[in-house]
Amino acid sequence: MVEFRMPSLGADMEDGTLVEWRVKSGDTVKRGDIIADVDTQKGLIEIEVFDEGTIDQLVIKEGEKVPVGTVMATITPAGEKISSKKETIPIKKETVITEKAKADAKKEPIKQPLKEGSTESHDRIKISPLAKKIAEEKGIDFSTIKGSGVEGIIVKKDIDLAVNMKVESHVEVTGSKKEIATQGVRAAIASAMSRSNREIPHFYLETRIDMSNALDWLKETNKARELKDRLLSVVLFIKAMAKAINEVPEVNAYWENGLKLKDVINIGFAVSLREGGVVIPAIPNAEQKSPSELMTFLKDLIPRARALKLRSSELSESTITLTSVGEGNVDKVFGVIYPPQVAILGFGNIVEEAWAENEAINARPVVHVTLAADHRAIDGYLGGRFLTALKNNLQNPAEL
Amino acid sequence: MKDQELKGTIFEILRKIAPDIDPEELEMDDNIREVFGIDSFDFLQFIIGLDDEFGIKTPEEDYGKITTLNALTTYIKSSK
Repeated sequence: MVEFRMPSLGADMEDGTLVEWRVKSGDTVKRGDIIADVDTQKGLIEIEVFDEGTIDQLVIKEGEKVPVGTVMATITPAGEKISSKKETIPIKKETVITEKAKADAKKEPIKQPLKEGSTESHDRIKISPLAKKIAEEKGIDFSTIKGSGVEGIIVKKDIDLAVNMKVESHVEVTGSKKEIATQGVRAAIASAMSRSNREIPHFYLETRIDMSNALDWLKETNKARELKDRLLSVVLFIKAMAKAINEVPEVNAYWENGLKLKDVINIGFAVSLREGGVVIPAIPNAEQKSPSELMTFLKDLIPRARALKLRSSELSESTITLTSVGEGNVDKVFGVIYPPQVAILGFGNIVEEAWAENEAINARPVVHVTLAADHRAIDGYLGGRFLTALKNNLQNPAEL
Repeated sequence: MKDQELKGTIFEILRKIAPDIDPEELEMDDNIREVFGIDSFDFLQFIIGLDDEFGIKTPEEDYGKITTLNALTTYIKSSK
């Protein structure tokens, strides 16, 4: 039996409300199937399952709001006998989630063997009396806090930090459903960006790239294409970035008590919402997709992102971020890293600039690209190599 | 097709690609992309919509000619 838990769809997600079960007890599911719709700060998300098997029990009810890591359902893995005896999972309405359970849920929500009759609430939480008093006064659930004291004990400082985070992520929610969803996005951004600014020592590198070759190539290829198959420069940015990651994999990583390189290249693509806010769905295995495939992928992804209708895996799997707010009149963007990632690449608008080369000056289409990187994880040398690789890739668009 | 009908169809296409905007706010000489924050992705969808609805073919080099409602209605009438 495996437990299917409320997944974490990013560092900024604390809980989710089950809107609808798409399955019922006894249904068979396979990896990638959507089994529920969950309302989160990032909109209504389709939640996917990562195992094959049969739904045993739906533990939480539609309309219930539960913290990340809470068991939502139990699944009998394919090949295992379905138990005829219905055992009720002892989940209390206000489930206490330990830090370990939360961390496990973030990694692989359902690959946890179920311990018969046990709940995570049995784990003891170490907290100083003063910290406990303040937490209770301020209404902070300290079961989800990681202590910074000796042997992981939660101390006053940890509670103060949690109080600050609560204030930062609090946005008053009123208005229509769409407005509420947008305000939820605002709250999620507030929480993630505050954490980023507090924890990540950012440094910035900038380069400018001559886009003559890339734009000429685009013009030629688009001439031969049907309108609906035309490419945009952003797909070249995505592919050039993915290939540059192959050369400098250190930028494609999480910082979680040390640098953890990712073996997949899932580029988080920042999509701006017109009414304010931004969502960052992932483009999985971007290095394996051709520019045409990336374009097809974006055609499906962007409208769903703007409507705040994304799948759980799309919000939780990105390993590095690309932002291109430059369209319009912005020449440069210096991004804030989305934790626990270690880098964000920002593309400005493509503008015509004076370009000096071989003792001559002429006008060329140029894009300013900035890398914001986590100095705990990478240094200027690696960042420079990454930008150089990107630059070289964009000079050879036909090979992307 | 009268200008008013053309405008109505253009608004429908705009609403389809950007459901959260109100095209009625648009003045004839406003820059459509700037007023509604239409990025290159949405603009491509807009052109696809125009080509489908009006049976025209808009080459990439003409994108710069159709920035306002005025320019767009003239362009569509001359392309048909």
